Amino acid sequence: MEIMAYNPPRFSEERLAQVRKIVGQFPEGRQKSALIRVLHMAQEDFGGHLTAEVMDYVADLLAISPIEVYEVATFYTMFNLKPVGKYMLEVCHTGPCMLRGADKTIAYLQQKLGIKVNETTEDGFFTLKSAECLGACGYAPMMQCGEHYYENLTEEKIDALVDAWQKQPVPPKAWEKID
Amino acid sequence: MSRKILLEHAHVAGIQGYEIYRKMGGYRSVEKALKSLTPEEVVDEVKRSGLRGRGGAGFPTGMKWSFLAKPEGVPRYLLCNADESEPGTFKDRYLMEKIPHLLVEGMITSSYALGVQTAYIYIRGEYKWIVKILEKAIAEAYLHGWLGRKILGTDFSLDLYVAPGGGAYICGEETALIESLEGKRGNPRIKPPFPAVKGLWQSPTVVNNVETLAAVPVIVNEGGDAYAAVGVGRSTGTKLISACGNLNKPGVYEIEMGLPVEEFIFSDEYCGGIPGGKRFKACVPGGSSVPILPADLMLKNAKGEDRVMTYESLSDGGFLTGTMLGSGGFIVFDEDQCIVRNTYTYARFYHHESCGQCSPCREGTGWMEKVLHRIEHGHGHDHDLDLLVDISKKIEGNTICPLGDAAAWPVAAAIRHFREEFEWHVRHPQEAQARNYGLGRLEIYYGAVGV
Ligand SMILES: Cc1cc2nc3c(=O)[nH]c(=O)nc-3n(C[C@H](O)[C@H](O)[C@H](O)COP(=O)(O)O)c2cc1C
Ligand code: SF4
Ligand code: FES
Repeated sequence: MEIMAYNPPRFSEERLAQVRKIVGQFPEGRQKSALIRVLHMAQEDFGGHLTAEVMDYVADLLAISPIEVYEVATFYTMFNLKPVGKYMLEVCHTGPCMLRGADKTIAYLQQKLGIKVNETTEDGFFTLKSAECLGACGYAPMMQCGEHYYENLTEEKIDALVDAWQKQPVPPKAWEKID
Repeated sequence: MSRKILLEHAHVAGIQGYEIYRKMGGYRSVEKALKSLTPEEVVDEVKRSGLRGRGGAGFPTGMKWSFLAKPEGVPRYLLCNADESEPGTFKDRYLMEKIPHLLVEGMITSSYALGVQTAYIYIRGEYKWIVKILEKAIAEAYLHGWLGRKILGTDFSLDLYVAPGGGAYICGEETALIESLEGKRGNPRIKPPFPAVKGLWQSPTVVNNVETLAAVPVIVNEGGDAYAAVGVGRSTGTKLISACGNLNKPGVYEIEMGLPVEEFIFSDEYCGGIPGGKRFKACVPGGSSVPILPADLMLKNAKGEDRVMTYESLSDGGFLTGTMLGSGGFIVFDEDQCIVRNTYTYARFYHHESCGQCSPCREGTGWMEKVLHRIEHGHGHDHDLDLLVDISKKIEGNTICPLGDAAAWPVAAAIRHFREEFEWHVRHPQEAQARNYGLGRLEIYYGAVGV
């Protein structure tokens, strides 16, 4: 926290231009409508989760009060309020996916990663989560990681994906990315 | 009865891009509407087409449009509902991925009909790659003069934007969607006032599903009567069905309304039957919110007539022996599937997704999840079944938005049709744990249908 306090989050110039563009999609005085999209960007840029400081920064940017940002960040499931691993794997466990073996997929990932659902591996690479229907029911079992859906999962597919991710360089800490 | 209207060109190579889409006849409806029809005439065609909302409720689209308030000097908005979060439903995603310009075209023509100058596509936040697909299509449409100022040299101007959500099923409910688009929590509003009078930023607003808006171009091109000639009775046109569960060929199918359910599940043209030669046990044909039916009642109604894919045929028998077409999320269960476990996952879903504003929904969904959890895990009691029915009755009709009903109906229907299976779970906790499925009505309905 001390480090963060002297090094407040700031979007890059490119990001700020994107924020301005999104704000411009709404009528004068309705800039709050840009909030959800800007929070997605902030989560992407500032280490995969939203700290109070990041939320305050977003409030400032959009000229709304911090509480309006907290209200939204705590309502929607895609916003992480606690740190997560570099790769957050979310396996759908709603009825239609269960019909096609989502429970076995979750069990396999737990065993492979050595963690339970809602836990993060010690090296900070993987967080495993279960999710409610992601709109891929016909291609179950499935999981989401970042911007991608991985569908019709088998143990072999999971092995290939996890092994490839594991070979990536160590993830940068959130504050290291900040100017 | 394979009939493709929306997806006719979905498999043409390059149809995602503007050039090919235009070459295949894209954007003709905008030309026709702007050059030769008044907005009222477009609304009339949509009325004549009999098109009903494809988001789940099946409300006539033309009638909904005619309710839009038109006070002088107040902007109106058109919102496309691409929140698509109802378990079993993945059809809007397919349409937007395969043929994004069709939605863009539908929104332009619809905006013209409604006198709208700004429209938004509200899409669930998880569909990040589709945001990119849509924004690319929209940029192409601007570039070629289908969006922006004075479209085709007329006085009609339109801006269209994509707005992603943050992950919340409730934002599919239209007033929650509006709240979310205003940058707030997705808490449904108390109605009235309805969005048609006070919607986005308190201005008159129409909310329509992706598939509904994508049907508008063909209606304008071919005429409402031609569209109404497809289908059966008051279920006109085609419907996208997203088929999932235990099927050989799950996926998205465009069907003509009136297709027999049996043909849809078993013929090779569609889902190709159930894997491993297993028997057909049950079906939820319209997304998780609609009542589950056992195989016998799914294939034939209580009078013994074949069930077909229409709003009317699927709801024949009301909630006692019928179900609903809903969103077209068609979920099939084979003989090994456990109705108790399935019902538990639905209850967990609705509890997770309740916005928490009304106590019957917030508390009731929590209780249903808890009670179903204990039955599923071998700690249930006989009286739990009546308790579940009692909770579902106390939620139903007592909430601000229909999520409460959507949570209550599946539980009540599962107990109505599979009570023996729930009782078996309660009375044979160990066996139920080991096999994870009940016996219930299996013998009864396999005897009756012979599938
Ligand atoms: C809890 C809840 C969730 C809903 N989710 C969706 C959805 O994801 N997509 C959708 O189009 N309609 C959804 N609806 C229905 C919408 O409220 C609305 O009726 C629909 O978007 C109207 O469009 P239509 O007339 O074209 O069907 C939902 C309704 C409720 C109550
Ligand atoms: S019924 Fe449920 S989801 Fe709908 S407003 Fe009430 S608490 Fe929220
Ligand atoms: S139930 Fe898993 S994606 Fe829909």
